[in-house]
Amino acid sequence: MPASFLFGQFLGGLTTAMFLFLIASGLSLVFGVMRVLNFAHGSFYMLGAYLAWQVVQWLTSSGYGFWIAVVAAAAGVAILGGVIERLLFRHLYGREELYQLLFTYALVLILGDAAKAIWGTQQLSVSRPAILAGGVEVFHTVLPFYNLFIMALGPAVAVGVWLVLTRSTAGRLVRAAALDREMLAVLGANVGVIYTGMFVASSFLAGLSGALVTPIQSIVPGMDVEIIVEAFIVVVIGGLGSFWGTFWGSVLYGQVLSFGILIFPSFSLFSVFALMAVILIIRPWGLFGRPVR
Amino acid sequence: MTVPWSGNRIPWTLMVFLAALWVPWLGSRYDTFLGTQIAIDALFAVSLNLLLGTTGLVSFGHVAYFGIGAYICGILMKTYGVPFALALPAAWLGAAGFALVFGFFCVRLTKIYFAMLTLAFSQIAWAICFKWNGVTGGDQGLPDVPYPDLDWMSALPGLDGLRVSDRFYLLTLALVAVSLAALRRIIGSPFGRMLTAIRENPERAAFIGVNVRRYELAAFVVAGGFAGLAGALFGIFNRGVFADYLYWTKSAEVMIMAILGGMEHFWGPVVGAATLVMLNQQITSYTEYWPFVLGVILLVLLFAFPGGIVGGLVAGVNWLRRRGGGRQSA
Amino acid sequence: MEGGNLLEVRGLSKIFDGFAAVSEVTLAIAAGEIAAVIGPNGAGKSTLFNLITGHVRPTSGQVLLGGRDITGMPPHRISGIGIGRSFQRANIFSRLTVFENVQAALLSHRGCGRDFWSRSETFYREEARALLDSTGLLGQAQAIAGTLSYGNQKQIELGIALAGDPKILLLDEPTAGMSAAETRETLALLKRIARERSLTLLFTEHDMEFVFSIAQKIAVMHQGRIVVEGSPATIRADAEVRRIYLGSVQ
Repeated sequence: MPASFLFGQFLGGLTTAMFLFLIASGLSLVFGVMRVLNFAHGSFYMLGAYLAWQVVQWLTSSGYGFWIAVVAAAAGVAILGGVIERLLFRHLYGREELYQLLFTYALVLILGDAAKAIWGTQQLSVSRPAILAGGVEVFHTVLPFYNLFIMALGPAVAVGVWLVLTRSTAGRLVRAAALDREMLAVLGANVGVIYTGMFVASSFLAGLSGALVTPIQSIVPGMDVEIIVEAFIVVVIGGLGSFWGTFWGSVLYGQVLSFGILIFPSFSLFSVFALMAVILIIRPWGLFGRPVR
Repeated sequence: MTVPWSGNRIPWTLMVFLAALWVPWLGSRYDTFLGTQIAIDALFAVSLNLLLGTTGLVSFGHVAYFGIGAYICGILMKTYGVPFALALPAAWLGAAGFALVFGFFCVRLTKIYFAMLTLAFSQIAWAICFKWNGVTGGDQGLPDVPYPDLDWMSALPGLDGLRVSDRFYLLTLALVAVSLAALRRIIGSPFGRMLTAIRENPERAAFIGVNVRRYELAAFVVAGGFAGLAGALFGIFNRGVFADYLYWTKSAEVMIMAILGGMEHFWGPVVGAATLVMLNQQITSYTEYWPFVLGVILLVLLFAFPGGIVGGLVAGVNWLRRRGGGRQSA
Repeated sequence: MEGGNLLEVRGLSKIFDGFAAVSEVTLAIAAGEIAAVIGPNGAGKSTLFNLITGHVRPTSGQVLLGGRDITGMPPHRISGIGIGRSFQRANIFSRLTVFENVQAALLSHRGCGRDFWSRSETFYREEARALLDSTGLLGQAQAIAGTLSYGNQKQIELGIALAGDPKILLLDEPTAGMSAAETRETLALLKRIARERSLTLLFTEHDMEFVFSIAQKIAVMHQGRIVVEGSPATIRADAEVRRIYLGSVQ
């Protein structure tokens, strides 16, 4: 097998990985702090994509239309996430995890149909921004600039979030909340504000990744429930609630998917699930997670 | 069990069962269709509730065992021509076997981690069914699963004039009734009491000598087996088995049935299944946005009626009784 | 001496992330003895109990019951071989009735948990009633356990613990959260039950009046270690104990 081909597979896997990381990071943050698997995270991602498409339609004349659309979509989804958390979700914090899970599932149902009602069921697509339209040839493989941009953005977001988590007061409170909620309340921190902030940040990341995926994938109904499974697998592989675990989980997922196609041509999806199964059996708390009971 | 409720003097369940038996004669073909679906969903939801309501285990992957049962029965009957009388128990055992293997890993975790692990295993099962073309038909699924041979029913008095679908309805009704009776018996047994003890307080349960994980696993296997039975019936009813049956959203749907009816009561999920199936039929005739309606129903349930329909009724009856001067025993 | 000791703890230690919660604890409780472990908050009393009942695995050391090594056994097995336990917060089955609470314990201890076909209501009705009678709960048998007063809930917990016919009862702060009247009742109840069933008791407690009115032997824990051990009179006179308690008050 030629080295250039393998390199191409590797880069393809890396692009997938960084996209997944952008999505899964928000899911992981909310899980780490609130101990909730937010099924609606996929819906936020889908809304980010539709909103971006909408804004691009409005701003066809502007040269920066795509970038404005990305920012607007991410901000719009972040606001929606904050409103949902403030108005509804917070009332379920004292309840069993079942009710919280089903709440986020109710959002999946409602937002999925709302998107259908507004944007229809046709496939929509957005073209690449002009500034990143071209590509560069590396080892006989054409690498689109847009993919390079995503590959750079993923680690940048990872480092950025990590710096906020470790260096800022808010970040320290968030990490404390992840470790021990009661302790945090005893210390007098306003847990409610932290949770809202977390939900907004997580929704922002979902909206951002949904908007950024539009030049590469078409926007279709059903993309919400599909992506949430992939993001879920990444988070499980990396370790529930572990931020860097999610990063390396994404990298591993991307590579296994990319090279899995070579080993089992029709079973690429299967190779990822097999990876998850093996990890769950050996380390149910994931590669970077802590054992829980 | 834990709520004062003396409606048991009237044999409601027997009456409902006897009334349901008459559907093929009194109702339309469509009514039989609905009845079959309700019976199957009811069994599926009650099997889930053995985990959810009785043991306090939030399984978000129960659909895996439903799907596995459907595939086992469908493959045996269609590909290998195995008779229904063997394929059905095989589906029960097969689903229970998978529940044993997956459950072994899942019960090592608790709460939300348990829920996530069950979800993960169900997605693994889905991925295998979706991709294993040679056995499961992959994304094409397994169409045209044959109806079981129900000619023997002609020998029974009064049944010889019935359509095949009506006969299958009666068979489903009987199998579901027997399964529900068995599940009710299990929940009312000392074993069932240990499961409620685990739900109430796993730490205390361990210190009255209950091996918590082992009992949870046993409940998981029993629930998986009956889900497999429901799946096997559904595959025949729907004339085919498809990977969709195992998709994660279906796990959420059956969970909605259980809490819509009320998890605290044995018959709650049955009421939930019947309500949801009929509501679905009504609403889809007006609008394509059924998921939206379901989502709104779910929100209302979560915020306003966490006890579900049966929970609400029981609370209402108890309230009336207290107001009416109370012959409440408590 | 070996044969006389019902419960023996030898050099037991538990280190959490480098912090020694319990350190080299050695303790022997004779059959029929009523013993107390006292000490300031965070002295390691609850951890010591959790080590004995298998909820926490020791880093080193041994636990023997009647001469048999039970170190590292899981709680569900330890509860079946003669150790009953009550927890610091009332640890019961809240949404079951009082009767069902005690009956569940009987069903489990007598090995009926695997029976998945009989009707559970028919089992051990008399035994359960007798237990409720001796713990003073007969009048509330059909009440939902979680709706009762805290004192009643502790009584239920005692009933659950007695269902296993324990030789020794470990009580973690049996009067915590109780009113003065409830404390007096609990004291009388424990004395009577210990006498009737010739039970051995090992308990932790902050209420010193309670400790000195029932315990025959007292061990004082401080920073994970047992610093003094002896009769109530010795403990009362001990300078070290005064120092620990006065020190912790400041």
